Parts: sequence; structure tokens; C-alpha cells
Amino acid sequence: MINSNEIIDDIANKEYEFGFSTDIEMDMAPPGLNEDIIRFISAKKNEPEWLLEWRLKGFAAFKKMEFPKWQHFEMPELDLQALSYYAAPKKKVQLNSLDEVDPELLATFAKLGIPLNEQKALTGVAVDAVFDSVSVATTFKGKLKEMGVIFCSFGEAVQEHPDLVKKYLGSVVPHTDNIFAALNAAVFSDGSFVYIPKGVRCPMELSTYFRINAQNTGQFERTLIIADDNSYVSYLEGCTAPMRDENQLHAAVVELVAMEHAEIKYSTVQNWYPGDKDGKGGIYNFVTKRGICKGTASKISWTQVETGSAITWKYPSVILQGDHSEGEFYSVAVVRNKQIADTGTKIHHIGKGTKSRIISKGISAGRGDNSYRGLVSVGPRADNARNFTQCDSLLIGNQCGSHTFPYIESRNKTAMIEHEATTSKIGEDQIFYLNQRGIDSEKTVALIVNGYVKEVLNQLPMEFAVEAQKLLSITLEGSVG
Amino acid sequence: MLTIKNLHAEVEGKKILKGINLEINKGEMHAIMGPNGSGKSSLASVLAGRDNYTVTEGEVWFNGKNLLDMAPEDRAREGVFLAFQYPVEIPGVSNLNFLKTALNEIRAYKGLPALEAREFLKLTKEKQQLVDFHSNLMNRSLNEGFSGGEKKRNEIFQLAMLDPQLAILDETDSGLDIDALRIVSNGVNKLRDGEKSFVVITHYQRLLEYIIPDFVHVLYNGRIIKTGTKELALELEERGYDWLKEELHLKESV
Ligand SMILES: Nc1ncnc2c1ncn2[C@@H]1O[C@H](COP(=O)(O)OP(=O)(O)O)[C@@H](O)[C@H]1O
Ligand SMILES: [Mg+2]
Repeated sequence: MINSNEIIDDIANKEYEFGFSTDIEMDMAPPGLNEDIIRFISAKKNEPEWLLEWRLKGFAAFKKMEFPKWQHFEMPELDLQALSYYAAPKKKVQLNSLDEVDPELLATFAKLGIPLNEQKALTGVAVDAVFDSVSVATTFKGKLKEMGVIFCSFGEAVQEHPDLVKKYLGSVVPHTDNIFAALNAAVFSDGSFVYIPKGVRCPMELSTYFRINAQNTGQFERTLIIADDNSYVSYLEGCTAPMRDENQLHAAVVELVAMEHAEIKYSTVQNWYPGDKDGKGGIYNFVTKRGICKGTASKISWTQVETGSAITWKYPSVILQGDHSEGEFYSVAVVRNKQIADTGTKIHHIGKGTKSRIISKGISAGRGDNSYRGLVSVGPRADNARNFTQCDSLLIGNQCGSHTFPYIESRNKTAMIEHEATTSKIGEDQIFYLNQRGIDSEKTVALIVNGYVKEVLNQLPMEFAVEAQKLLSITLEGSVG
Repeated sequence: MLTIKNLHAEVEGKKILKGINLEINKGEMHAIMGPNGSGKSSLASVLAGRDNYTVTEGEVWFNGKNLLDMAPEDRAREGVFLAFQYPVEIPGVSNLNFLKTALNEIRAYKGLPALEAREFLKLTKEKQQLVDFHSNLMNRSLNEGFSGGEKKRNEIFQLAMLDPQLAILDETDSGLDIDALRIVSNGVNKLRDGEKSFVVITHYQRLLEYIIPDFVHVLYNGRIIKTGTKELALELEERGYDWLKEELHLKESV
């Protein structure tokens, strides 16, 4: 019997003979990264010439770059030539009922309180009429359209709104930014595009209703959100359900642009597969996220709850260019087993009277290793800039690690920068105290952790916060005695 | 209610309890006295199930159940309460949230539904008065930044809220000024309902002027070397422990 891989290899090799760059019918590109592949991707997506050129510039930059060395973990071996950079969106295997789904996965869904229909959608079981995400999506799209809000896939935006894409793509995270951003520029698959017109307050949390559809966007996602003058949008990324993916490397790019008096709230709950007890097989989550507060008194706020992935490596950042603009970063990062997180933020104060607030809560259990790395820079023009940073670490057990690397660069004497840091440990005596009051160890840890992360979870939209809270307790299950 | 038979326990390879025998019936008030380091807190810890203690010999029965087989939280749910000598601080967990969780865990164990918010608050108000526990401490993090006296009152307040069958009070009187001592003792006395049993660990007779014990035991070097009534406490106050130690050595050398 010939297995499907052989068939794909076979086809791929054949296609290769004839050059695949023009063959739009092919579903999967052969492994390898080169200009032909990039042309192929671009052609598949029917992209305009300028975008192909931009991709190629990204690739040229990528070729000149090396992997960074400053991170607080050992860089895993990555063979980027061994990856395939294009796969047509796959139809999921359709199952007939939840009985056919991995019971362990179902147990987790149950603990998270994910509704039955959503469970079905997530696991590829045929969904009944009550929960038709497509029609829900369509209804909301209609409503958004009335208000002039554009919310669509990146690919669609390239076709329908090329001028907007052209104007802002790479304007916050240039194709030369870092090796993963350059790689993303060259081969990005798809992602989301949002444009909020002047004066519009987006009436719903974007992406809540789309979280099921938004799943298979691939390993090189690209998101671009533009909030025009006096507008507001809250965007949710991710899903609390456990996300499995064969693709080990995820190198997404997110760009946010806030014009005058505009506000963007971007929330993430990341629960990618963390790998087994030794971290084997987990996702490498190497994302570049950056926003620019272009306009006066604009505001960008990042909130992230990072519980998954073998390695989480990201610094959602804000460039405070407009005078009196504001940037916020709220983060909870949890590591256990052999998970690694090296995360934090960079805030660049450029405009006058700019303000920033950083609240980072690291939790380390098992043999996990958690680093907070943050930069607050104040430029010479940023009179009266203010920053407050609170950076806390919570340790569970004796084998985990926690580190903080706060960098401050101030070139303005009027700037006020405050930094507070604490490290605490869930001690055996604390656990015993609560045990003695009838609370078991799992609940005790959940109680302490929930108290610890409250300030960050409060930033999330209500229903997301509840899910994130449950997710944290599930993640830390079994982390004590 | 509680039967301790020939209980031996060690910590880090060091023998601490060396054959404790004790019988406590419903509604009784027992005082355990003894010099520092004699094993009083260790006995409390072993009963509550602290896992750094290893029981090497003996049995403990609580309402017909083998206490030593149970996890600490199950002992608590069965009705064993320990007011700690040194209550720990738990930052980020509000006193109120903690108490609600504890109470509902215990209720769930007994097959009772969780208390409704209103009932819970009513109960809280009522029990707070018992030990004059300030409302503003309720919303603060559990014991965080509490004074020594506030922590001790919180222990008795929790005792009142959780309504156990057996309450072990480990030096609840130490660190209390005379007013606080009176308040705490009054609270304990009000909780004496003929059902609950108490073990009060102290090394001052002072507390026993307020809380009148039915029995007084002297713990020394991991063993109960003398049992008497409240008069024994007075005698200890006057004469110290040395005469008892001598009595013991005489007995042992015979
Ligand atoms: N964790 C421990 N490791 C070693 N020795 C201990 C430990 N806990 C208690 N001890 C010892 O056990 C003995 C009894 O202590 P404890 O029960 O606290 O006495 P008491 O409460 O009567 O003052 C003391 O000698 C003390 O040093
Ligand atoms: Mg003691």
C-alpha cells in the first residue's frame, strides 16, 4: 500500500520537474524555502505585483539574518528548509459524533465549560443548525459593514482593500525587523484584517464569534488592525481550548495602528500544545507583535494570557509616537513541565506626555523557566513621559526558574519611570493551611493563582476572563504534591 | 470522639512523639500544657496531617474512622480544626473568598449545597461579632499584614464559621494582650455547645482562668506525664515543671 505521504511526495516531485510556480492546482508545496516557493504562494493567492515584491524583499532580508543569541533559553534546532511553506486549507476529517473524539480532549473541554456545539465544531464533528458559525459570522459582518468596519481575512483584504493594505503593511513591523518577521513577510499564509473608520466604536469584541473559523490560519499568520481617528476596537485572539497543530514553528506578525484619539485593545489567550512532560513536540511560538500610537492621545493595550507552547517568545510592544498617547501591557505567562517563556514588552516613549503601564505576572511550576524581559525607552522629545512597571514572579515547587530583565533607557530628564518587582513562592505551609480548612491542594493553588493574576484577567472581556481563569487552574493541575 | 493510642511520630528522623494516649469525649475541654519543645505543636500537626511528620506507631480514631488514613483536607471536612500557632499569610486571596471556599468544600463533602451569598454573609456577620473581628479585615488578603492579635482572632473566627467537631487551639493565647485574650476566650466559651470538643494547647495558666478545662494534661518529652483537672494548671503555675520532671525521673529509675 502506498501511504498518503508518498503520494504527496510523488506529486510534489513531479510538479517540481515542471516548475510549480505557475501551477495553481497544487495543494501542498514541497519542503524548502526559495524564491520560487514565494512566487508560488503569491500566485496561489492571486496577489498584486507589489505584494510579491514585498515578500521577496522579506526573503532577501531573511537570508542575511541569523537567529538571535540573547534569549534566555537554548535555541532549538530549526531546519527551515525542511518545512513546507504552502498548504491549501485542509478540510477537517468529519466525524459523526463526539463519541469519536479523544476522551481526554473532551474532558478538558468539559472542565473549561465549552458549550457542546462549540466542542463539536472544534473537533470537526458535524454541527447542527443551532450553532452555525458561518451564518453567525455573516450576520455580524452585515452589521459591521453598515458601520463601515472592515473585518475580513488578510487574503480578502489584499483583494478588496489593496490600498489600505499597501499603506500599512510592514509599517509597524517592517520586513527587516527580525529573522522571524522577515520569514513571515516572505511566506505569510493568512490572518485577519481590521479597519475601523473615523469616529466608529466597534460594537462587539471582534473575533469572539469567529474563533472556530479562525483556527486553521496556519503557522505564519499575519494580522493588521487599523483604528482611524476617534475609533475604538477590542480584538480577541486565540482560544482557550487546547490547540494542537502539526506545525511546530509559529512565527506570526501582528501590527496595530491607532490614529488620533483611537483605542485598540488586543487580547490573547494562547494555549498551544506545550509538548509532553519533557517538552517534546510542543509548539515554538515566536511572534512579533507591535502597535503604534500614531495619533495624539491614542491608546494601545495588549493583554496576554500565555499558558501553552513549548517555547513562548514574544514582546508585544507599543511605539508611543503621538503626544499624550498611552500604551499598556498586561501579561500572565505560565510555564510547567519543561516549558519556556521569554516574554515581556517594549514601550518606546517618543511623544510628549506619553504614558505606559506594564503589569507582568509570571508563574513557574515543574521545571518550567519563565523570563520577563522588558524595555522602557524614553526619547529626548518625550517630556513628562511616565511609566509604571510591576513585574511579579510566582514559583510553585523547587525546580522551576524565574528571571527578570528590565531595561530602561531614558534620554529625557523629565521622565518618571517606576519599576516594582516581587518574587513569591507558594509554600508548603500555605498549602497545608488551606488543606486544614478543607480545601484540597489543587483548589488551593487555583485560589492563590487566581488572586495573583486578578489584575491582568480583569483586563479581559468577562467571558474570556472566566475561561482564562479555568484554563490556568487546568494548566497547573498536578503541579503540587 | 477522639482516641489516640500509643502514638509515636518523628520528623526528619528525630523522634518527637513517644507514645501518646488520650481519649476525648464529646463536649469536653482538654488543656495540654508543657515546656517549650515538648511536642505540643507536633501533636497538633500529626492530628491535622502535616506530611513532614511520620507516624511510626500507634493509632488515632475519630468518630470511628481512622484519622491517620485521611488526607489533611478530609480530616478538616470530617470536623478536625486546628487554630495555628503561627497562621500563614496568603497574599491575593481575600479572607472572604477563602472562607466561602472552605465552607463550601466542607459542605460539599457532607453532601450539602453551597451556601447562598446572602446566607453566607449573614453567617459571617454573626460570627464576626463573636471575636470582635473587624469587617474591614474580611476583604483583605488572608492574614496579610495582620497584627499578631488579628491573626489569632481570625483563627477563632474561622473556627466559628466552619463549626468543626474537634477544635485544637495551638497557643492561641500567645501574643495576645489581656483585652484580646478576654475577647478570644469569650468567643471560645460561646462556642462550647456540649457537642464540640476542644484541645487547648498553652503553656500559661492565664488562659485557663477564662477557659475552664475539664482535664489538664502535661506533655513532656513526647509523652503525657500527668493528667489532672484545672487545679493541676494552678499547681504548675506555682511550682513550674521541674517537680514533675523529677517525679518522672524517680519513676523511671525505679
Ligand atoms: N520540622 C522539624 N524538624 C526538626 N525538628 C522539629 C521540627 N518541628 C519540630 N521539631 C522539634 O520537635 C520538638 C517538638 O517541637 P514542638 O512540637 O514545636 O514543641 P512545642 O509545641 O511543645 O513547643 C522540638 O524539639 C522541635 O525542635
Ligand atoms: Mg508549639
